[in-house]
Amino acid sequence: MLFTKDHEWIKVDGDVATVGITAYAAEQLGDVVFVEVPDLGKVLAVGDSLAVVESVKAASDVYAPVSGEVIEANEALAGAPETVNDQPEGAGWFARVRLADKAQYEGLMDRAAYEAFLGTL
Amino acid sequence: MSDTPLKRTALYDAHVALGARMVPFAGYEMPVQYKDGVLSEHRWTRDHAGLFDVSHMGQARLRGVAPMAAFEEVTPGDFIGLKPGKLRYSLLLNHKGGIIDDLMGGRPDDDGLYLVVNAGCKDRDFKLIENELAGQVQIERLNDHALLALQGPEAVAVLAARVPAARDLGFMETARLSAFGTDVIVSRSGYTGEDGFEISLPNAIAAEVWALLLGDERVRPIGLGARDSLRLEAGLPLYGHDADETVSPIEAGLTFAVSKRRRDAGDYPGYSRIKRELDGDLSRVRVGLRVLEGAPAREGAEITDASGAVVGKVTSGGFSPTLSTAIAMGFVPPALALVGTPLSVIVRGKSQPVQVVAMPFVPHRYFRKS
Repeated sequence: MLFTKDHEWIKVDGDVATVGITAYAAEQLGDVVFVEVPDLGKVLAVGDSLAVVESVKAASDVYAPVSGEVIEANEALAGAPETVNDQPEGAGWFARVRLADKAQYEGLMDRAAYEAFLGTL
Repeated sequence: MSDTPLKRTALYDAHVALGARMVPFAGYEMPVQYKDGVLSEHRWTRDHAGLFDVSHMGQARLRGVAPMAAFEEVTPGDFIGLKPGKLRYSLLLNHKGGIIDDLMGGRPDDDGLYLVVNAGCKDRDFKLIENELAGQVQIERLNDHALLALQGPEAVAVLAARVPAARDLGFMETARLSAFGTDVIVSRSGYTGEDGFEISLPNAIAAEVWALLLGDERVRPIGLGARDSLRLEAGLPLYGHDADETVSPIEAGLTFAVSKRRRDAGDYPGYSRIKRELDGDLSRVRVGLRVLEGAPAREGAEITDASGAVVGKVTSGGFSPTLSTAIAMGFVPPALALVGTPLSVIVRGKSQPVQVVAMPFVPHRYFRKS
């Protein structure tokens, strides 16, 4: 698993990356009551809005940590948005993206680096 | 952004000790939520008793030879007719009938009029009252007083165990009572739609009373996040969002705040506009919307009719924990304000179906004496 400074994670399997938000981000958001996942086939560039997570109070964008095409979205979140709080780094994933450029994720942090980064916040 | 340092209420340390997430709000550092989170705090208040620190709000005493009559010059409420022991919801109006703020005015004792106004408006409100009513009234701001709200179906049992006379109050009644070793003002009122109380007490004992009430297992601390979702479900407007200086009481659905006697006399600010609107010449009105499908519609979202034409805007909205659906308030023309009217809201470019529904979204459970 690799991490961004915006608290997204990706898990790469071949040329497909699963994207979610970290436990830290889920805790900061508070109770998630609605999740908007991307449409299949949507082509994302790094930094595009990949999903929207809504708490009782506010809506927050989840940004694409990698570029590529959305090949699967976690539709189960529509009926169970709380999964993002319960299992943010597992069943609470948002989408799977076919990587346009495998090289780009090399700039992301590993868990040790991400945890060190959290320590600076 | 202002560089003015944020103020703290007398309960700041108590909030931090409880693990609150503190955020800037109306110039104060306030708890938006505690460890349980907004959903859990919201539900606890509906089922048990929630304790809120609302000491950021503006409390004052208005005194003078005839403070009730004087106060009627800046509000449309019947304050001359306000009996001792009663509390009234009212509005400060500008000369165009726009709402400068909403407020509570009460007579807990014989010491003039006790006022509570919104935190974000308080400096301006009190200055305005002083200027407009110069020579008639004196305002004493109760900056040395905290304000606690205890809300929910178990609030009365909790408070009556410590302040027995609290049980004798009905909804919108207020009294100065001897409690916690001093004098406090207890009002049976609130901003959640539940039965409950607001307690004004000296800062010096605020932390002690806060801890005492939290010591009751029926009570949990509730932050501003749940305060907002609770008042939204209760259909209560939030000043600065659902009402502002351009919005009249009639548009805001607050016609009840224009007291009958004042309506007939026409002696309040903005009378000509308000009279015209009462006679049916109304361009917009605040409605409740239930989101039938899709994301919560937040403040600023456009409301469209069946043809796709923009007919209004959402002024506050979010997720209703009680109804498990998104709800909102917004302004639309009266012809589209009937309960059941199908409309749409635009959220992130997508049109989502909504329906006009009656407010409150969740029934009020005030304690009214028969």
